Amino acid sequence: MLTHAWIIPLIPAVSFFLILGIGKRLPRGGSEIGLASVAVCFVLALVVATGWIGRVNHPPEAGAVATHVEEVVAQSEHVASGEDPAGTAGSAAEEGHGKETAAAEEGAAATEEGHGAEAGAAEEGGHEGEEVHVTEPVIRNITWFQNGGVDIKVGTFVDGLSALMLVVVTLISLLVHVFSTDYVAGDRRYTHYFAFLSLFTASMLFFVLADNTLQMLVGWELVGLCSFALIGHWWEEKPNSDAALKAFLVNRVGDVGLICGVIVLYFAAGNTFDTVTINTLANEGEIRHFLLLVASLSLMTAVMSKSGQFVLHTWLPDAMAGPTPVSALIHAATMVVAGVFMIARLYGVFFNGLSIGTSNLNVMAVIGAITLVFGGLLAFVQNDIKKVLAYSTVAQLGYMVMALGVGAWTAAIFHLFTHALFKACLFLGAGSLAHPIHSFDMKEDMGGLRKAMPKTFWTFVIGTLALVAVPPFAGFWSKDEILAGAQQLGGPGGYPLMMVMGTLGAALTGAYMTRVIWYVFFGERRGKSATHDMHENGPRIVIPLIILAGFATLAGFTNLPDTGALSFVPESLALRFEHFVEPTAGYFPGELPSFGHPEFNILLAVISTAVGLAGVVVAYLWYFKGMGPHGLTERNRYARAGYKVLENKYGLDILYTDVIAGGTKGPVARGAYWVNQNVIDGVVNRVASSARWSGEWVYRRIDQGVVDNVVKGSGMAAEGSGEVLRKAQTGKVQAYGAYLFLGAAVLAAIFVVIAS
Amino acid sequence: MKDLLNGWGATAAVFLPMVGIAVMMLIPRSEETLHKVVALVTSLAVLAVGIGFLASFDYDKTAEMQFFVNKTWIELINSRYIVGIDGISLPLIALTVLVVPLVIIYSWNHFPEPHNPKAFLMLILILETGMVGTFVAQDLLLFFVFFELVLLPMYFMIGVFGGEARKYASLKFFLYTAFGSALMIVSILATYFLSPVNGAGDHTFSMIALADWGAAGNPLTDGGNLVKATGILVFGGFFMGFGIKVPMFPFHTWLPDAHTQAPTVGSVILAAVLLKLGTYGFVRIAIPIFPEAAKWWAPIIGGLAVIGIIYGALGCLAQTDMKRLIAFSSVAHMGYVMLGISTLTSFGTNAALFGMVAHGLITGMLFFIAGSVKDRFHTLEIKRLGGLLLQSPRMGWLFAFSAMASLGLPGLAGFWGEFPAILSAYDPADGLNVALFRFFMVVAAIGTVFAAGYLLWLLQRVAFGTPSAEFEHEHIHDMHLTDYLAWAPMIVAILVLGVYPGLLFNITDGAVIESLRAIAGSNS
Repeated sequence: MLTHAWIIPLIPAVSFFLILGIGKRLPRGGSEIGLASVAVCFVLALVVATGWIGRVNHPPEAGAVATHVEEVVAQSEHVASGEDPAGTAGSAAEEGHGKETAAAEEGAAATEEGHGAEAGAAEEGGHEGEEVHVTEPVIRNITWFQNGGVDIKVGTFVDGLSALMLVVVTLISLLVHVFSTDYVAGDRRYTHYFAFLSLFTASMLFFVLADNTLQMLVGWELVGLCSFALIGHWWEEKPNSDAALKAFLVNRVGDVGLICGVIVLYFAAGNTFDTVTINTLANEGEIRHFLLLVASLSLMTAVMSKSGQFVLHTWLPDAMAGPTPVSALIHAATMVVAGVFMIARLYGVFFNGLSIGTSNLNVMAVIGAITLVFGGLLAFVQNDIKKVLAYSTVAQLGYMVMALGVGAWTAAIFHLFTHALFKACLFLGAGSLAHPIHSFDMKEDMGGLRKAMPKTFWTFVIGTLALVAVPPFAGFWSKDEILAGAQQLGGPGGYPLMMVMGTLGAALTGAYMTRVIWYVFFGERRGKSATHDMHENGPRIVIPLIILAGFATLAGFTNLPDTGALSFVPESLALRFEHFVEPTAGYFPGELPSFGHPEFNILLAVISTAVGLAGVVVAYLWYFKGMGPHGLTERNRYARAGYKVLENKYGLDILYTDVIAGGTKGPVARGAYWVNQNVIDGVVNRVASSARWSGEWVYRRIDQGVVDNVVKGSGMAAEGSGEVLRKAQTGKVQAYGAYLFLGAAVLAAIFVVIAS
Repeated sequence: MKDLLNGWGATAAVFLPMVGIAVMMLIPRSEETLHKVVALVTSLAVLAVGIGFLASFDYDKTAEMQFFVNKTWIELINSRYIVGIDGISLPLIALTVLVVPLVIIYSWNHFPEPHNPKAFLMLILILETGMVGTFVAQDLLLFFVFFELVLLPMYFMIGVFGGEARKYASLKFFLYTAFGSALMIVSILATYFLSPVNGAGDHTFSMIALADWGAAGNPLTDGGNLVKATGILVFGGFFMGFGIKVPMFPFHTWLPDAHTQAPTVGSVILAAVLLKLGTYGFVRIAIPIFPEAAKWWAPIIGGLAVIGIIYGALGCLAQTDMKRLIAFSSVAHMGYVMLGISTLTSFGTNAALFGMVAHGLITGMLFFIAGSVKDRFHTLEIKRLGGLLLQSPRMGWLFAFSAMASLGLPGLAGFWGEFPAILSAYDPADGLNVALFRFFMVVAAIGTVFAAGYLLWLLQRVAFGTPSAEFEHEHIHDMHLTDYLAWAPMIVAILVLGVYPGLLFNITDGAVIESLRAIAGSNS
């Protein structure tokens, strides 16, 4: 199955077309096709994951990847030196050894050395025991197209990371499908909804299986399309289509960075998109640091847009205009982690490009840290439960990016995993709450729902506990590992700033989630929920919630640390996640001296949990007990100003929508068009009219007496000629042919005269 | 089977439409159905020949001229009837012979006013001869004749069957392009007289011989090589001729007027094929024959191309008319094509060729849809439209599909013209200013944001939302049978090329590498 992973994205892709084609004629409107295909995918993903676990436990001969890299480099070198495989390139091209060529040649030489060393290491590893074993990924590809003599591939790349993503995506997609059959039942575009869920699943799986950056780019934009279509699912209402457009356009801004980054890496690695080659060359120091830096920064822009990092995060809360299951699947659990996944996949590039692990501050860690605090703050002023969760997603994505920025790769991916489970649980919970009343407003339409919807309540609470990182729920283990990474990695002293920001973020999370629980489940029923008979939803909504709550409770144990205070954990249970997911081959910077793993620190764990709980307690006292200076924002100028800043989302929306987009659509575009019509076209019209004027002048003054057919015949007389032709065509079509041949004959005659 | 079309295939593809025209001349004008049938059968026959090309083309030798014919034509000046098809022309020929029957099917039941199917269909067939002829001609003079032949029917099509301002638009179209052609013929003659003489003491118009001459560094008969400045000047003539046709900024102003006024079918042909005559000219003639001059011009072309990308997009944002907006988007899209060409790399040129085909299909589709919207609502003013998806959902979805393709969504054809063109600008051919082209790359990449902006905004205003009060209660017919028949092949082609771009790249690559053999560093 590892080599046949290509089937997995193919199934939902076929399902997409099937649903579009025949979905409406089926009894369940095509949802059955979607469900079946995702269920099959989920099973296959489990098979892949099992296969991968088996491969890690009993790794086959090492060296395949090094050979693969060698082949790719050799091919690109071949091309660069002008020896085209088809033999069509001439001698001139052969002289054209550019700088890139030289680099590629050196690269090839060095890779050979690297290959030797790696093989040696693997052999030694074989003697020392299982731990040092290198598990090669399973790569399979075919030629997608050939351009400039370069074969560009499409294929699948299976390692621990992609196997994990396969399972996460298919699992949550499956649960969301089940949930949706009830949640969107009777929707005006039920069939289209499921079609796009299928397309999304296919694109996301295509993306996580990508074996080259071009393929990633394709998958990346395709998931963006599905996001656009599903945010704008109810496009009759303008706010929804506005939100969809905003999501697409903000992501397009990031895509500029993605495009540039992919291009820089393509040339830096010697004409290849292959991720293994790019990463390996980056780790071996074969790519100039400057190029890696440029590529990392460009790609970082893409991450900021797709994964909602601060300043480009503004689309994500608006994206909540889509149906709630979509928010759970796309805008919480899977698509928005695409940026995190990309960093993880190209970690060799980022690790070396941003000098992670050797210097204390880098752009990635800083952006992540800012995002997690600023996103958390914004969650406080939202009254829409989905928007709170959306800003919470922004903040949690900030944790992941920060983790990658401090060098804690496994912690980031672990958090990606746990977050996908508990945030999907929370979002689907919000959907369950809103399903009967069609409102997400916590302040106006909810309250006191604890008793009416007990299952939703308890699963929501479990999700919250996991999000707030209360031990032993899933979020605790992953967040703690991130904080430990910030404390311990990156040279002496670690990243104290990141550690503080991360802990502060934990307090914010605790507080705003307590606020949500208060508004939704406690107090008096308000608004629609008061007038509506509220009761628990049916099994298709509740069962996914329970399953996800179960995962939110247990998922953290997959990466139990066995160091520090937890050294009693047996080795066979400890750090399973790290063992199976973290790559060991040369494309991952794991062998670099600056790469490290954080150890469990009981003191840090206690402090961060305490701070998180402190947030809970403060919010509890404020909301549940009514303590504290309520009404401060009315009394105090500064507090009000701060609240305003948050309410206006730091003014970013105004800047983007009104200033930048509005300015471009309005004055800039109109100005350019004015120039077009009056300057550029003005010149054209002026030339034509002066030609006509001089024609008339010549005619009147010099050529008086000659029939005015001269002017007309020269084609300068705009007036009348069209009318003449219009009349001409009404009867004498044959004449056109005659005109044509006449024209050609005149031309030919002219040539003959000129040539003779 | 392999050799079935050798010797006569290319000629047949060019002149079969003329046979159709001859038949139609004999039929009285009132026999409308018969005219339609004859025209359709003719175009299908040409399509069959085109399929024959695709089937029997030797894909291992894309760099070679196949279905090659070389006969005496105008002996006096050694202009010969040379036709042939290689990997560069094959996709464009396929595009042309596909589009023509589709536009005939599309106009089956709604011919533009003044209703005259006979004249209209004959114009389309003349156009087909000109277009196919341009792509198969391998003699400069022959090329020029076909290149000019296209002008006349399009002039009539706009001037007679067009909208309200048709006279101005058609005349502008004609004179502007004729102006470029005038400079081009000067360059063609200059090329002829500069070219080395053969054994019989003749110069040559043969594009193949001239490309060899260019690849050899333009040696002159009396020893020595062509002075660089001369090459630059001659290239300049070609640049004007082809650049206006593309159209490149700032020679683009004829395009929005022509498109806006042309009947739907005219717009489709104009966008799908006619604009490609210009870009094709660069790839086929100007660059291979004068590679050194091309290097001098490349930064200018690249610069105008990226200006066109941003400028065209801004022009789109300012439009209030759907069709005019689509017309302006051509300026931006052809900017990507020209950027790819200006890098003088095979990667960029392949991208440009892909971009030509993709733009032909996608913008052709958009014009088809605009035509149908006009047919249903009798207006294309954006602010009067809305809720297309509610009133005619199928057309609305296809519009969304085409808009997505047009903004360069991966998985659809548009992406493969755009992204590789941007990529190629990172590493242009040796001798070009790398920093400048990398700047172009960034600007072009930013252009993709604008493309998404104007297309999605158009989509939002036209297709999303609810119908305006004006059309709220009007019954709007969704797609007709002719719409399905005409659009399906284009939609399928957009999708298939998007999923498996190798279908096109693998054809063009060999021929492109061959055509750029004189330019060092062009292989990346």
